[in-house]
Amino acid sequence: MRRSFLTPALWIPAGLAIALLGLPLVALIVRAPWAQLPELLSRTEVLQALGLSLATASIATLVSLVLGIPLALVLARSADWPAVPRRLLRALVTVPLVLPPVVGGVALLLLLGRRGLIGQFLPFQIPFSTTAVVIAQVFVAMPFLVLAVEGAVRASDRRFETAAATLGATRWTILRRVTLPLVAPGVSAGALLCFTRALGEFGATITFAGSFPGVTQTLPIATYLELQRDPDAAIALSLTLMVVSVAVLVTLRDRWVPGLTS
Amino acid sequence: MRARAALVAATLALAGCTATAPEPTPTAAGTLTGTVTVFAAASLTDSFAAIADAFTAEHPNVEVTVNFGGSSGLATQIVEGAPADVFAAASLATMTTVTDAGLAPDTHDFATNTLEIAVPTDNPGGVTGLADFAKPDLAIALCAVEVPCGAAAAKALDAAGIVASVDTYEQDVKAVLTKIEVGEVDAGLVYRTDVLAAGTKVKGIEFPEASGAVARYPIAALTGSVNPDAAAAFVAFVLSDAGQTILREAGFGAP
Repeated sequence: MRRSFLTPALWIPAGLAIALLGLPLVALIVRAPWAQLPELLSRTEVLQALGLSLATASIATLVSLVLGIPLALVLARSADWPAVPRRLLRALVTVPLVLPPVVGGVALLLLLGRRGLIGQFLPFQIPFSTTAVVIAQVFVAMPFLVLAVEGAVRASDRRFETAAATLGATRWTILRRVTLPLVAPGVSAGALLCFTRALGEFGATITFAGSFPGVTQTLPIATYLELQRDPDAAIALSLTLMVVSVAVLVTLRDRWVPGLTS
Repeated sequence: MRARAALVAATLALAGCTATAPEPTPTAAGTLTGTVTVFAAASLTDSFAAIADAFTAEHPNVEVTVNFGGSSGLATQIVEGAPADVFAAASLATMTTVTDAGLAPDTHDFATNTLEIAVPTDNPGGVTGLADFAKPDLAIALCAVEVPCGAAAAKALDAAGIVASVDTYEQDVKAVLTKIEVGEVDAGLVYRTDVLAAGTKVKGIEFPEASGAVARYPIAALTGSVNPDAAAAFVAFVLSDAGQTILREAGFGAP
């Protein structure tokens, strides 16, 4: 048993924070059309949108892991770099977090669209495809993973790596057997944030990938469109997205990193 | 004039005790004060900004703030208690949401809008008419059927017996226009007013089937208004010759 050093005064702002984060969700639950819920959620277009969302967000998370962990390691070790490239790199990683997603979508369109900087040379079309959905999600969600992993790398004790090196381990072995296991909690936390952010992605997706049922119409887009016609159905869809996100956050976290739950 | 007087009377009666101005003469210049908050459909952005300026010139003590957005979203916000004095919608269906909630007792049609085919200025797909929308090799954008422009587009295509080979159903008419402006799609269906507002960046093509899917725009002073006199005066101004001239210049048709 650890003694808590929390002063009771902290509970007031903390309670307000909980209310601010939680009450809107309570309102959503209270207003949900529970009677129609089974019918609404068994519609083919809803299941299609949910399936597409889960699939694209999973792929986007995998891509972010493959590309984002190396970037995080580079970023964490950039302390010895000159100030200008170091700050530029850091800003680059942070920009998608502060950029309105719609602007990100426009930027992707101007790069990869059929008249885009790169897109005009491609033999195939990216916008309006499921690939475009994944690219938009990676653009918006990968920074969450990169920053989480980078924080874990910075906080980790580099003496373990030094020790491994003096014992004759190659750089590759050190990375696999020492560095990555050390930052595993950061990786899994970052991957979860990344997945849930990708799952909720709306602005960049609809701008870059468009919206076509079964191809690019993810659950957030279906929810937004439904809000225009039938707000009750939109609430039901939001609820689905919320339940899925919470379920993922709660269950996967336990399974991936047992140490974090104690 | 009688309709306008009735509107003012109805608004005052429903506003009840919140109407504080004694013996108002709503249309007389200079007697109105306060703020009027207008919720207007996104397709009215340019024309309602001009109308707000013209209205303020006539009533210098009234400040007009306009909140533009998708009609359906605005209707939801109003029903949920957003502080609006006037609602101008891009479809009768969205106004019905507000009327059904008992918040818009007296609505007036003030404009119509017609669909046009919009293409990038260089028309890379060689689009000439609605029949081209069936070509699978062209990239086509329409509004989603959930929003008014999408419902109108579906109606026009149905009437023409054309099954469009659509690549994306956008969330509003401006999103369709953006996709055309950056050249990402070969053609889309938008309103004539959007083509005019986009200037040289897109080319509009009229098509005969559009006459079967004309959008009607209703406006109403809302019962929740804190400034019912000014709200009624603003509605009257939109329906007046001055307001109608501005709308006509933007490409809207007569109600």
